[in-house]
Amino acid sequence: MLISDLPVLQVVIPLAAAPVCLLLRNPRHAWACALIASWLVLAIALMLVQRVHAVGTLSYAIGAWVAPWGIEYRIDMAGALMVLVVAIIGALVMPFARRSIEHEILEKCTGLFYTCYLLCLCGLLGMVVTGDAFNLFVFLEISSLSSYVLISLGSRRRALTAAYQYLIMGTIGATFILIGVGLLYMMTGTLNMVDLSQRLPEVANTRTIMAAFAFVTVGVSIKLALFPLHQWLPNAYTDAPSVVSAFIAATATKVGVYVLLRFFFTVFGMQFSFDAMHVGEILMLLAVAGILIASLVAVFQDNVKRMLAYSSVAQIGYIILGISMASAAGVSAGMIHLFNHAMIKGALFLAIGCIFLRLGSAELRDMHGLARHMPWTMAAFVAGGLSLIGIPLTSGFISKWYLASAALSGGYWPLVVLILASSLIGLIYMWRVVEVAYFHVPGTMMHKVREAPAVMLIPTWLLIGINLYVGMDASLITDITRQGAEILIGEALQ
Amino acid sequence: MSGLLGLYNYWIVIILMMTGFYAVIARPNLIKQIIGLFIFQTSVFILFISMANIEGGTAPIIKEGIRLYSNPLPHVLILTAIVVSLATTALGLALVVRIKEAYGTINEDNIHVQDEED
Repeated sequence: MLISDLPVLQVVIPLAAAPVCLLLRNPRHAWACALIASWLVLAIALMLVQRVHAVGTLSYAIGAWVAPWGIEYRIDMAGALMVLVVAIIGALVMPFARRSIEHEILEKCTGLFYTCYLLCLCGLLGMVVTGDAFNLFVFLEISSLSSYVLISLGSRRRALTAAYQYLIMGTIGATFILIGVGLLYMMTGTLNMVDLSQRLPEVANTRTIMAAFAFVTVGVSIKLALFPLHQWLPNAYTDAPSVVSAFIAATATKVGVYVLLRFFFTVFGMQFSFDAMHVGEILMLLAVAGILIASLVAVFQDNVKRMLAYSSVAQIGYIILGISMASAAGVSAGMIHLFNHAMIKGALFLAIGCIFLRLGSAELRDMHGLARHMPWTMAAFVAGGLSLIGIPLTSGFISKWYLASAALSGGYWPLVVLILASSLIGLIYMWRVVEVAYFHVPGTMMHKVREAPAVMLIPTWLLIGINLYVGMDASLITDITRQGAEILIGEALQ
Repeated sequence: MSGLLGLYNYWIVIILMMTGFYAVIARPNLIKQIIGLFIFQTSVFILFISMANIEGGTAPIIKEGIRLYSNPLPHVLILTAIVVSLATTALGLALVVRIKEAYGTINEDNIHVQDEED
């Protein structure tokens, strides 16, 4: 019985643990509660992946109300992969969080921090597993509202304006999705995604459905920070507490991409999205622009967190680029990069979190000679950076390899040049940090700086370990993404 | 009632939506932006409620002799959306209060000037 309840349990556990954290006044107890909840979620996620692998798509009727009338939770291979991404990051940032949060957040806010963190986790997991379009909106808002609070907890006052800006953009995006869902309901009378996909072809040529498609696409694009709708992202990532930057950078935008995939392929269908609405061409153009412009902007940033944030916008471009090819190989490559980038960016932001704990700053000018004092942290940063650039034997190489081969087989050879060129730009901005940290003479303030504590280094290195493992043996992840892409597209890979 | 006039609900929706959207984008005052956001969201609620209506239908209550009633589901959805919108507005206003404490102003342009100086 418990096994069949797994899809709902992984949403319910963080949701139930959140108010408990609020009631436990003691920061240590609240942290322990959040830690246990997030590790339980990881255990469930692993069981879900294994079950989906064994028996195929899982469907769960909430309150035993059968779909399409009740709310259905539906997990296929693509969803299971996303659940795993969110759960891994969610579980690994928690051991890291205690020291980092003690340092960055007022003690009286700590309980609230863990409450909001768990709500955000619950919202993100809910968005992935739900098979109901309106339920998706509700989970989206749960995760968004809690992430606004998490970002506003940053130590500088700019965190407040960053959170406010994100709130405005995010709410416009969410409301656009709500309009789109409303229009879909108007034409089909259903909210269940599978049911929608069956009823939509009849009415696909109406302007209402086209408008619905446009609203949903723009709304989700704001949430996933597709260039040029990314303005909220750099400020939010820069000014949020380190743990929050790592958690949100690695999960929130990725879940946005997954929602886009769900709408394009499951709800509207590939033919409508790509042939009738030509969304592929638009996305490809925006992805290319995003990759080039955001990478270039990243080169000129003096704050390392802001640099990584712009790099995130570029990396989201890669994921969208894969999807825009509208082939099984392209979507699969996009999903591989989705997983890899979550692990890379999670690791890099955690490394910056370690640096911030000891330096109290993420500015490049404060990091002169840092590698002599924090060798393990900087080594993790360099390993993550190599993966971001796409050096062989790292997961970044796997993503770029699959993206490039998907581009070649689709006949988009200029994209291969673009992928190589932007990797070079990536090399430039990562090198700036390496140069300062390794080859500059340490400043006078530096002699007090010590290596970060093991509780923070271990999660960082675990994420780096996942990167290196995928870089050396990618068969597991490519197998999962291929199955996911096959289900989404409904065609077999060659 | 049909044609353009018969769809007056939807005209109101569009007018409200654009009014709210304009306030969010063009107003430098943060409180006015939040008000604009709220109007924007409210227009979507009216959109949902309007489409639930069925010509000649009554309130969705099971009663002898009533065959035609409006669709109750959008009403329920909107109850949820109102709660979400309320939470968003409350959180937005709370942030504005904190911004006022930290910057001494709620004018976006002045905040940008102060951020540049930091």
